[in-house]
Amino acid sequence: MTEEEKLNHFNSLIERDEKIEPKDWMPEAYRKTVLRQMTQHAHSEVIGMQPEGNWVLRAPTLRAKKILLAKIQDEGGHGLYLYSAAETLGMDRSEMIEQLHEGKAKYSHIFNYPTLNWADIGAIGWLVDGAAIVNQVSLQRTSYGPYARAMVRICKEESFHQRQGYEIMATMMNGTTAQKDMAQDAMNRWWWPSLMMFGPSDKDSWHTQESMHWKIKRASNDDLRQKFIDKTVDQAYVIGLTVPDKDLKFNETTKHWEIGDINWDEFWNVVKGNGLCNHKRISHHIQYHNEGKWVRQAVMSYSEKMNAIQTAASI
Amino acid sequence: MENNNDQLPLWEVFIQKGGSPFKHEGSIHASDKNMALQNARDIYTRRGEGRLIWVVPSDSIAATTVEEEAEFFDPADDKIYRHPTFYKMPEGAKNI
Repeated sequence: MTEEEKLNHFNSLIERDEKIEPKDWMPEAYRKTVLRQMTQHAHSEVIGMQPEGNWVLRAPTLRAKKILLAKIQDEGGHGLYLYSAAETLGMDRSEMIEQLHEGKAKYSHIFNYPTLNWADIGAIGWLVDGAAIVNQVSLQRTSYGPYARAMVRICKEESFHQRQGYEIMATMMNGTTAQKDMAQDAMNRWWWPSLMMFGPSDKDSWHTQESMHWKIKRASNDDLRQKFIDKTVDQAYVIGLTVPDKDLKFNETTKHWEIGDINWDEFWNVVKGNGLCNHKRISHHIQYHNEGKWVRQAVMSYSEKMNAIQTAASI
Repeated sequence: MENNNDQLPLWEVFIQKGGSPFKHEGSIHASDKNMALQNARDIYTRRGEGRLIWVVPSDSIAATTVEEEAEFFDPADDKIYRHPTFYKMPEGAKNI
């Protein structure tokens, strides 16, 4: 096939809503975009374990602790599904981790905010995972096969995450005044950053158009954000939380909640590395990656020795 | 096995549920068979997704390539008499 025929074949697969698989021919820019998005997504899952890990030893009950541990294990699992999907495009895992450590690969800006009180764990599950689900449900239909299949698996697991978070918030809103204040404080701090998770407004997002054309993304940042706002505002109301937005209003014509202006300067400042926890998140990852080096060496050395013994025995 | 930095070797994971055939689920990194099975269990079966697991070193899998696809499958493409719809059934014949 000529280059042009290959491109036509690729475009017709996209057109027919069929999946692009690892060994298929694909434009270099498609490969790069999918790889960038998958590694960024994988890093987000793994770095996202840190703010929650902060509360494992201080969870208020054994039940809460067990749930939190299971949730964090899921996040690690999600990172591994995604790394494995990204590896199908031929990038070595070591290179992905190197890019993370050197700041060349990004992860979601949301994990650079600190978890200050127990209600933050509720807010993360309810708002942060809630926002992630809206995005991930849409990505189940992404055009790259391994990415789409990883998303299907992840979506099945995420709804437990969101429900456990909402339960924490609901429980605290049923508690003492101090507990209610903590829940509202967490809401005040996590609401806006959660809305920013969908990325810049469509008019400012230079990645969106190309990604939509190739069906890597299936819905625009603003559409997904609106979907999240409409669901979440009602959920906040049900448990008595106030949405920290004085401009929030319901549009009777469109049947959508309309929000005030998002502070994009804050978003870009965090993305560029100046959030409260950027340095901490990466230095923590580097530290544990390096401290695990001897384990990786030891298990490989054990495996090589066992293989040598087996080979010798079979001669 | 590809391990040019210090990541553990790559294994492909297949899981069987019920009476269905083993299905490819993804891949994991592990230093040997035992670790590969344990990691596959922890990553792909946390919610009862199956009770039988196969792990295979990724570089032990032979695969067809897209370039050879047409030539490779060509021998089967012209044998339309393998499909039941190829045959003309007499009028009135039922349950066949």
